[in-house]
Amino acid sequence: MPAYSEKVMDHFKNPRNVGEMPDADGIGHIGNPVCGDIMELYIKVKDNILTDVKFKTFGCGAAIATSSMITELVKGKSLDEALKISNRAVVQALDGLPPAKLHCSVLAEDALKSAIDDYLKKTTGKGLPGFKPHEEHPPK
Amino acid sequence: MSEKRIYLDHAATTPEHPEVVSAMAPYFSEIFGNPSSIHSFGQEARAAVESAREKIAALINAKKEEIVFTSGGTEADNFAIKGVAFANSKKGDHIITTPIEHHAVTEPCQFMKTLGYRVTYLPVDQYGTVSPEDVKKAITDKTILVSVMHANNEIGTIQPIEEIGKITKEAGVYFHSDAVQTAGAIPVDVEKMSVDLLSISAHKLYGPKGIGCLYIRKGTKIVPFMHGGGQEKNRRGSTENVPGIVGFGKAAELAIKELDERQQHLIPLRDRLIKGLQEKIDNALLNGHPTKRLPNNVSMCFEFIEGESMLLNLDMEGIAASTGSACSSATLEPSHVLLSIGRPHAIAHGSIRFSLGRMTTDRDIDTVLDVFPKIVDKLRKMSPLYKK
Ligand code: FES
Repeated sequence: MPAYSEKVMDHFKNPRNVGEMPDADGIGHIGNPVCGDIMELYIKVKDNILTDVKFKTFGCGAAIATSSMITELVKGKSLDEALKISNRAVVQALDGLPPAKLHCSVLAEDALKSAIDDYLKKTTGKGLPGFKPHEEHPPK
Repeated sequence: MSEKRIYLDHAATTPEHPEVVSAMAPYFSEIFGNPSSIHSFGQEARAAVESAREKIAALINAKKEEIVFTSGGTEADNFAIKGVAFANSKKGDHIITTPIEHHAVTEPCQFMKTLGYRVTYLPVDQYGTVSPEDVKKAITDKTILVSVMHANNEIGTIQPIEEIGKITKEAGVYFHSDAVQTAGAIPVDVEKMSVDLLSISAHKLYGPKGIGCLYIRKGTKIVPFMHGGGQEKNRRGSTENVPGIVGFGKAAELAIKELDERQQHLIPLRDRLIKGLQEKIDNALLNGHPTKRLPNNVSMCFEFIEGESMLLNLDMEGIAASTGSACSSATLEPSHVLLSIGRPHAIAHGSIRFSLGRMTTDRDIDTVLDVFPKIVDKLRKMSPLYKK
């Protein structure tokens, strides 16, 4: 098992914002092409602000911790501000991840973008410009 | 973390038996001679090495001269495959094995392929069992070696080695078996199994790390593994690891003495853990054969959740286990064994192996049965795949 930072372990032990959101304004659903994990992210948007964010993750310790961290980082932010948060920022906020686990943080960033994409499609009819979600991992 | 940690990863390594530790103690600085030296220092060490060799031979019903010490199980497997392949290249170029072998067997086989040898991987059934009929069908006049492990390290399934041995014997093909998980755990008898080569690692049977052996049936054509000073009857150069060999010998002696007791202790604990987990947790699948399995192996898949996150949670409770999940492997691929028995990628993700040992108690099992369902529940609540 990789050696995780204390912050990672904290978010892994007590993940923030876990759960579903029946009245979500946008839902992101992303599969990790590297190892086959799945993340779902739900957002509630009011006046362009992410008023609530929730997640569900089927994945490793790093995947759970990065999901938890990204929900914390973007909650209360405007859509534009949230979109500026990259997977690197999430990793930094967690005091780093082992190199083999960096790909898990990409999943978190993609899940957020996918949720915003879904929200924009529902409200404006057009998705997030330039957003191409990763292909879902083909079951082997 | 609770005060008493619970170690359920004996398939990875075992703690040295206290009697092994004390048997080794004099061989570091008191009896330190080189067994190849003719003076009394050397001869004391030689005597210790040979007495250990006898004990290890007795554990598997072999002759003393048929035991060659190695640095462990990986070396023994490499030695068997490369050594036989190189020595018999005039006879043929075909090796038969299974897709569920330890990497110490599959990697040398892959390597031999790069040198022009051909390798057949036999199919296994849903339990990971190889069919002796398939072995028979795969043998050609170019086949030089069949390698089938005695029991699988991940899922615990025990192979029909005796039946396979009859077939290879009749066909005149060398037969190697990796017995790293079985020596000291269940009876291993090279005569009954009709094997020509068999690998053992001391640290899996309460002996020290860094020492193992390859049993080589008298008359087997094999190339030396290391060319050097002629030790081990020219089959493996290098000054003998005397303390390690002494510890290995003691571990073998204890294994002979305690074999029945160990099985009687472990099988009920194993079965109680499997049954308890299946009663308390839905969508919990047993990997491997329900009865023809190692006495200490509990390998299961818990659907909708991932192995590494289970292990981290168990570790926080002081419980050590292992997983075949893609997320915890260096290659980010799930276990080749679980895929071979037909577990889909997503289900292999949720695999956990508890491997019990001689010090495992009923209370340890109670603790796991209390703690683990809660962990599964917590992770499933987080999983987008689990819908109750
Ligand atoms: S989600 Fe698979 S390695 Fe992190």
